[in-house]
Amino acid sequence: MTERTLLSLRVNNEEATVPVAAHRTLLELLREDLDLTGTKHGCELGECGACTVLVDGEPQLSCLTLALDAAGREITTVEGLARGADLHPLQAAFVELGAAQCGYCTPGMLVSASAFLEANPAPSRDEIRAALAGNLCRCTGYVKIIEAVELASARMGAT
Amino acid sequence: MSELSVVGTRRPKVDAVAKVTGRARYTDDLRAPRMLAAKLLRSSRTHARIVRLDVSHALALPGVHAVLTGADLPIAYGILPVSQDEHALALEKVRYAGEPVAAVAADDEETAERALALVEVEYEDLPAVMSIEQALAVGAAAVHEERPTNVHRAAALEFGDVDGGFEAADHVREDIFFVHGNTHVPLEEHATLAEWDGSKLTMHTSTQVPHYLQRALERVLELPTSRIRVIVPALGGGFGGKCDPFSHELTAAKLAIVTGRPVKIALTREEVFYAHRGRHPVLMRVRSGFARDGRITAMEFRCLLDGGAYGSYGAASMLYTGALQTTTYAIPAYRFEGLRAYTTKPPCGPKRGHGTPQPRFALECHLDKVAEELGLDPIELRRRNLVEPFSWTVNHLRITSCALEECIDRVVEASGFEEKRGRLPHGRGVGFAVSAYMSGAGLPIYANELPQSEVQIKVDRGGGVTVYSMATDIGQGSDSVLAYLTAEVLGLEPADVAVVSADTDLTPIDLGSYSSRVTFMAGNAAVEAAERMRALVLGAVAEQLGLPLDRLVLRGGRALDPGDPESGVPWVEAIRIAAASRGPLVTAGSYRPPDLAGPYKGAGVGPSPAYSFSAAVVEVDCDPETGEVRVEKVWVAHDVGRALNPLLVEGQIEGSVYMALGEALLENHAFRDGVHLGPSLLDYKTPTALDMPEVVSIVVESDDPEGPFGAKEVGQGVLLPVIPAVANAVHDALGVRVDEVPITADKVIRALRQGRVGPKRLPDFPFRDAVRVDPPAQWRAAP
Amino acid sequence: MMRLPPFRLLRPRTAAEAAGLLASSGTDTLAVAGGTDLYPNMKRRQVTPRTLVSLRGIDELRGCRAGEDGELRIGAGTTLRQLVADPVVTSHAPALARAAALVSSPQVRTVATVGGNLCIDTRCNYYDLPEGWRASIGFCLKAGSDVCRVAPGGERCWAISSSDLAPVAVALDAHVRLVGAGGERMLPAAELYEDDGIRYLGKRPDEILADVIVPPGRGLRATYRKVRQRGSIDFPLLGVAAAVRTSEDGACEEARIVLGAVASRPVRCLEAEQALAGRRLEPGAIEAAAELAAAVAKPMENTDLTPLYRKRMVQVHVTRALAELTELG
Repeated sequence: MTERTLLSLRVNNEEATVPVAAHRTLLELLREDLDLTGTKHGCELGECGACTVLVDGEPQLSCLTLALDAAGREITTVEGLARGADLHPLQAAFVELGAAQCGYCTPGMLVSASAFLEANPAPSRDEIRAALAGNLCRCTGYVKIIEAVELASARMGAT
Repeated sequence: MSELSVVGTRRPKVDAVAKVTGRARYTDDLRAPRMLAAKLLRSSRTHARIVRLDVSHALALPGVHAVLTGADLPIAYGILPVSQDEHALALEKVRYAGEPVAAVAADDEETAERALALVEVEYEDLPAVMSIEQALAVGAAAVHEERPTNVHRAAALEFGDVDGGFEAADHVREDIFFVHGNTHVPLEEHATLAEWDGSKLTMHTSTQVPHYLQRALERVLELPTSRIRVIVPALGGGFGGKCDPFSHELTAAKLAIVTGRPVKIALTREEVFYAHRGRHPVLMRVRSGFARDGRITAMEFRCLLDGGAYGSYGAASMLYTGALQTTTYAIPAYRFEGLRAYTTKPPCGPKRGHGTPQPRFALECHLDKVAEELGLDPIELRRRNLVEPFSWTVNHLRITSCALEECIDRVVEASGFEEKRGRLPHGRGVGFAVSAYMSGAGLPIYANELPQSEVQIKVDRGGGVTVYSMATDIGQGSDSVLAYLTAEVLGLEPADVAVVSADTDLTPIDLGSYSSRVTFMAGNAAVEAAERMRALVLGAVAEQLGLPLDRLVLRGGRALDPGDPESGVPWVEAIRIAAASRGPLVTAGSYRPPDLAGPYKGAGVGPSPAYSFSAAVVEVDCDPETGEVRVEKVWVAHDVGRALNPLLVEGQIEGSVYMALGEALLENHAFRDGVHLGPSLLDYKTPTALDMPEVVSIVVESDDPEGPFGAKEVGQGVLLPVIPAVANAVHDALGVRVDEVPITADKVIRALRQGRVGPKRLPDFPFRDAVRVDPPAQWRAAP
Repeated sequence: MMRLPPFRLLRPRTAAEAAGLLASSGTDTLAVAGGTDLYPNMKRRQVTPRTLVSLRGIDELRGCRAGEDGELRIGAGTTLRQLVADPVVTSHAPALARAAALVSSPQVRTVATVGGNLCIDTRCNYYDLPEGWRASIGFCLKAGSDVCRVAPGGERCWAISSSDLAPVAVALDAHVRLVGAGGERMLPAAELYEDDGIRYLGKRPDEILADVIVPPGRGLRATYRKVRQRGSIDFPLLGVAAAVRTSEDGACEEARIVLGAVASRPVRCLEAEQALAGRRLEPGAIEAAAELAAAVAKPMENTDLTPLYRKRMVQVHVTRALAELTELG
């Protein structure tokens, strides 16, 4: 059997300890070991952005991240964006503006956008496009997604 | 309509919160106890006979539970009754590189993959057939040996006096175009989870057509449909790519039955490219005659489709390349010759616009060229030929509500088209085009006289309303539309309405999410069911309160007399009254489109209870040195009948524009030496956020007399005019023509050197003499 | 789901330790930093190393520092995201930051490293697809067959150098510090690369790229242009790095023009550079240089768009790069 290492990390503010093999990706760990299926996959080769999660606040592709490289890190997935029952302003804006159609790119988009707004609270439309340029969407043409990020940014700036 | 409280308002989709929180469960998010993982072995050969297939070593691998080959699933199937030419796993022969040959169920995917490597296959290669030209060449290898040629389907139809029309023309022009194939790329890779309890099969699967999948399972597994339940979890995009019954679905089902354990197959992105069923490559010739004033006197289209290895929807796709040209222009005489050839590539099928974007590209570019020759403004040329509302086309299509002219006016004005055309600096240009699309195919895929859509509504004692429908929400928001319509009729908020959808055990028939049929058909069924519920509840309330029934309405959560706002009872009280006197509060509604098919073979393709209409202007900035085409802005006006939720309508418009731009400039489902050129998201270029321009969406409402609250389709039609508008804009910018899509930078550079890039001829094919069909009795030639 | 093949993961703390592990572990051991290049290759079973030596935990590979003389030292473990944002880099070698910003997507730049991009595997669309696909074309030289599918008659592999940083590093006359099991050495960036799609790196397998050293600019102006079909994600179809130093009267004292993605290594356009020597960067001189640069490029039919187009674009983008530098001057 493949050797497994006991991995400890924090996922969405909760401690998790899981035995994992070296070749297990963070994506597989989240979806298959921790049942956090909110994180999606569309290629598993780093080409679509659907699996984006935050590692210590930075957007990374969980399909190209070894689970073991997440040891001791703080992971945020789409399930960790809301504060209890209160949606993250980005989530609320995505709901209001219809930025999620099939919803499959949505978790990755939200996670990318949340890190981006954290670093750049008042971005231009072009900056938003650039920040989301690693997240493919096939439904929306990105129009409502970009509008939703703008709306969330405005609201977050206002508070 | 001023009394509407839900219809016409911008509001979130009913599943929006689930989708932004990660709670929405898609097929691959599901797991079942004792679940096995299965993988498909795919052909490494393009076209070959299977000489030997030995799975014994694979079966012997520890952790492997079952291995299937074609012999285990010998019954042929196909989405169309006329094309039952597919097998879940290849039998005797493989017809494209990537075709499933064997399947392994094992403890996990890694074990299944190791087992696949142990399957021994010996092939005897046959010549590859990779294009229309190769398929039709004399002596071409037969893709299906039982057929005399590689022609899958051919048709020749003639409506009105075509030869006479050409003779009467002052001007005749002929053009040739090619659309390379492209594919859907739903972001969710197809997945399926099959469970067998000893007598019943349950499939959770990423399909747009649970009913048709159930029928294919019935056929291939020889199980009655009463023993087959198909459930569609949240679906991560379809665009037509999940409209066929697929190998992985039939195989997973069989493996579940064989092993007695749940079996999941989740395709990789590479496999999704092989599953395909995308846009057909189509080589087209259009010839038209015009009077001096620009009126069309006759038109003929010849369309040759590269179908790939199997039928899929191809018989319909082929007819669609000829059917809808007449829905925007009053063409007095029209001839169509169409042919779909088998080739050794993954089968093509329906992608957003199904069979109509290719001829629409040809037609709208052709009209621009004609306008230029006649010295007419391209928009004026179109205006002189516009179809009239509530008219019939020469090929027997019934046009009802039609705001095409308003669409043109609005989009031309918003974009400043007339001020810009021919007047922007070199490299910049604007292009224009129009189109129309069906609000649902008028006929079902298999012949029957039954409703295409049924909806049930149940009201519980607490006032909660549940709508049951097999309509499948693929992201377009059909669950939401059903909730909005029901809430509107019952005077409730959509939040009070639960929607149970896409489950063949729980929900009444809907044929599926294709041909833009759901809002119109399931929507009408929902309205009917809701109106019956309203009648039932109000009848009981009127009786109880001693009020005249015709004074009562349901509004704002009450049953009341609008003339006396203090009257009436709250909804919850109303339904208690109704339940007490009427029994179970359950109603049903259904929708079957009117019989519209014309009197000829092939007339089933094209009729629809209503058509949407669109007009688009695209502004481009082309770099004459690099050939790069940058779309600066797109304006679209779309006649949607009525926007049930303008937010969702805009979303469909924007998404259609996006998909059209990908097709127009980037996407190409290409093959090289018999093999897919690049089945990956790196090689196959879908536009990123940085490639998408601003979109101005103009929603035009024509209030269709038969649509639910006047609504028509919006999911597909908008894609159609955008592609030719890009090509026309490139011509305005640079003065050269790229008569094929995608219009990549290298082609623009070549066009700048040669004046034009595009096909020069069509391969010869001896079409039979066209079947002559008289125009419908209601049709009248333009005065 | 595409999954990684099993491997053993080693986590050295120093570059020397890493080099020792690579030297002692045999040929099926590879170093990995960000993994954005290697992991997809492993998932596609292009490489299946038994052991990976992770460079992530090596502190000495991180950070960018400028010396008093203006020399810039970039730790190879610096991520592209850090590189783009580092004021030391943007002030001393803005072209490098610009190139880094054009690599792939934001998420990839978060973890992809400078060393990883410089050592990125050569690419070819007969090679960079999953194993079953490669089987269907009968594999290729790089995949262990005896035929190159791009140029079946020849005996070499024509996979393409696809680094965005490499042309800039060469144009800036950067050096790399390599740490091997037997000690360390400095190498001009240009010599890091071999003209072979399989053995494309001029370093031993045990050597780790530890630093990139960019010499003091002394008035050198540089830029990088990337051609790709989409605004993001894509590898270069063509990269053009250009660097020039002009005298006070505007005459070109030094020029370097380096092409990426036209061969298995970055290609210097020596004749074009010579043609500029002593001349002012005026349209005529630029045009002549660009023409000479295009003559050097021999793109093959193994990535997006046609070789003819990509060759034509060399001329266009060398012209534009030089024009840009003229404006900067």
